[in-house]
Amino acid sequence: MKAFAALLDALVYTRSRNAKLKLLADYLRETPDPDRGWALAALTDGLDFPAVKSATIRNLLTERIDPILWTLSREYVGDSAETASLLWPEPAESPSPPTVSEAVDALSHMTRANVMTQLPRMLDRLDANGRYALLKLATGAMRIGISARLAKTAFAQAFDVAVEDVEEHWHGQAPPYAALFDWAAHGAEPPSSENLPLFRPFMLAHGLEDSEVDLADYAAEWKWDGIRVQVVHAGGETRVYSRSGDDISATFPEIAEALAIDAVLDGELLVRGAHQGGETGGAASFNALQQRLGRKTVSKKMRKEYPAFVRLYDALIVEGEDLRPQPWTTRRAALEELVPRLDPLRFDISGVIPADDFTQLAAIRERARDDAIEGVMLKRRDSPYVAGRKTGLWYKWKRDPLLIDCVLMYAQRGSGKRSSFYSDYTFGCWDGDPDAGAELLPVGKAYFGFTDEELKWLDRYVRNHTLNRFGPVRETDKSLVFEVAFDSVHSSKRHKSGVAMRFPRISRIRADKPAHEADRIEALRALIRD
Amino acid sequence: MAREFSWIRPEPWGIHVVPADCWIDPARPVDRALVTHGHADHARGGHGQTFATPATLAIMKLRYATEEGAVPVPYGERIALPGGVHATWIPAGHVLGSAQILLEHAGERIVVTGDFKRRPDPTCPPFEVTPCDILVTEATFGLPVFRHPPVEQEIGKLLTALVANPQRCVLVGAYALGKAQRLIAELRRAGHRDTIWLHGAMERMCRLYEEWGIDLGDLRLMSDASKEELTGSVVLAPPSALNDRWSRRLPDPITAMASGWMQVRQRARQRMVELPLIISDHADWDELTQTVVDVNPAETWITHGREEAMLRWCELNQRKARALALLGYEDEDD
Repeated sequence: MKAFAALLDALVYTRSRNAKLKLLADYLRETPDPDRGWALAALTDGLDFPAVKSATIRNLLTERIDPILWTLSREYVGDSAETASLLWPEPAESPSPPTVSEAVDALSHMTRANVMTQLPRMLDRLDANGRYALLKLATGAMRIGISARLAKTAFAQAFDVAVEDVEEHWHGQAPPYAALFDWAAHGAEPPSSENLPLFRPFMLAHGLEDSEVDLADYAAEWKWDGIRVQVVHAGGETRVYSRSGDDISATFPEIAEALAIDAVLDGELLVRGAHQGGETGGAASFNALQQRLGRKTVSKKMRKEYPAFVRLYDALIVEGEDLRPQPWTTRRAALEELVPRLDPLRFDISGVIPADDFTQLAAIRERARDDAIEGVMLKRRDSPYVAGRKTGLWYKWKRDPLLIDCVLMYAQRGSGKRSSFYSDYTFGCWDGDPDAGAELLPVGKAYFGFTDEELKWLDRYVRNHTLNRFGPVRETDKSLVFEVAFDSVHSSKRHKSGVAMRFPRISRIRADKPAHEADRIEALRALIRD
Repeated sequence: MAREFSWIRPEPWGIHVVPADCWIDPARPVDRALVTHGHADHARGGHGQTFATPATLAIMKLRYATEEGAVPVPYGERIALPGGVHATWIPAGHVLGSAQILLEHAGERIVVTGDFKRRPDPTCPPFEVTPCDILVTEATFGLPVFRHPPVEQEIGKLLTALVANPQRCVLVGAYALGKAQRLIAELRRAGHRDTIWLHGAMERMCRLYEEWGIDLGDLRLMSDASKEELTGSVVLAPPSALNDRWSRRLPDPITAMASGWMQVRQRARQRMVELPLIISDHADWDELTQTVVDVNPAETWITHGREEAMLRWCELNQRKARALALLGYEDEDD
């Protein structure tokens, strides 16, 4: 428990991703089984102890300390577990802390009836940091910024295995992941994944930048503006996974219900509509899809108003046959053969763009903006399906960004290596004629698109043009113009300006341009394609 | 007969000692000020006369470049003020020169603690328990979650980080008056003999401490150092400089902060601190409540800080107490 408590504490105070990875990897390498497996589960929200809840902690403490003093303390600290760890009386003799496995075992045997007597016994064996770790372990809600992806990367780093393999073998394993550690740390065979609806890591693309490819070697497909998903059916169950490997089946039940053939399919999750690609495109804007995202349950009304479907790009496994080592042409043929057997309401296929050469493709892509399509994908015809981004196999060729001139309004200090720099910028457009008293309305925020040299210049500029300070934020004198690039703009009720940009970034610093010549908000509204 | 304690009146900008027309730690200029210690929120400039310990007056002179109206009062000397009031400055253990002020009038005794702590500090004499009728106590860390660990443990954390990261340096944010010098003295006590590098804003106060006989070992200005010299060493800066441009010149600094607030994880995170050192010059909860028990006054007045919890504690322990709403004392950086 001491090592786990020290790890939690170090993670709280570490901001750099690499430093977090090293802390985690060191812990996973040095800690014995099964402690490290339980710790890993705790860090990635994989544990649940029904008898211990946040209210349990409060009840436990208010038996020992005046309830008003508890409330004042809890309000100040902002976290029940931490408050309790600080208020708990120090043990009289030097504590004999339990191991993580002991703690997990004890916690899982606690019931609502005995938790009030059992939990104190554990707390009495720990110092303040240990108590914090135990209570966090018991109640979940770590709040220390460890995503599942980060934990998997650290696992890979600890045992020098590929993160894609970790992703593949992790799914379907239960804490403390004995088979996973046997494989990575002790060289055993990887755990079997047959007949389980497991997630397979996605194949990703590089940006095409300014190069050209020969269409004899590459096939072109549309890049749709939804979310990339993997739909898996195995052992009688279907799962829908997001790009990060999160199970979003419950959010899109109509998709999960629609697949009954053993397969692993890659595609774009979209909502029915006539926005992308016109009537024949059949897909609504990303904004429409957004109404469905992030919901744990989905109402009938939602399903009716925003019906979801998947536009398939690729087939990884079909009826037990792993197609991933096969060339794209073979997988494409298998996919074309499969799609007619699927529910047409929920699945269709993303077409190949019929272009003879690159120049013709470029012309077709030019029209992509009118059709509100995100861009074009280029896939090497002989490419196998491999996890991650491999140079030369797949490219994305997004349509050119939109540009608008905005005025810098606020700047905020960044974090990590940018922690002393004002590197996050909020910018605005005029709500009318600036020479007739119009005001700036914030339209977006960006923190990349500039070089390190430009960042230094911007930091100095912010410091020399500050009107007001609000904690880490400075209000500037609104004298600097940015050319802002963005992919699209949508109407938004959440923003005062009524618009929300997608992927805004600083394209150029226009120190030469006077602020009153920056764009008006109408110019931005005219670009809305909802 | 006068109403009990009618001679002392708390006002938002300080405590008024009415018959002597004196103010304790007033937040605005007055004719006659009684100052407990040299921190800027307690020792403001511009008063007609300023009564304080010689060390506190030296600190104020350093800050305001004038000693006009300074009236030095050594610890333990009972002086007569107008209106039949007597005042005595008694060590408070907070920083160099810090004092509680005992006021006596018409057979009644009031002690104003100013800021204080009960733990040993190599840079100032320890707090003395002084019996009185009314205790006016601070409550900066007046919540039961604040239990400062032993200073040796926190110094150990700093030295361990230094050894574990030979290619980096440890940049410690510390209050320029008191905390910085105590930290240095504690590092020396723990056997750390290397040069300690200072931010420019720290230097004069450290020199003043040395003039007052506190040995701080080899101190040099960070601006004179090369990157190689700074590697593997301790650098001290005021908390405001921690995440600012100044620190860019340091070799991959581990950002530390020495403060009682570091007890709370999210507070430390908000300050972008990687290595929180729970070192405070204020009394923690146990010291605050123990002081009320030790002094055992008839009544306790609670000034700046989290007075609600202290009030509640007094209520639970059948002690008469009230909170004073004084303005302007808040110690965000301690």
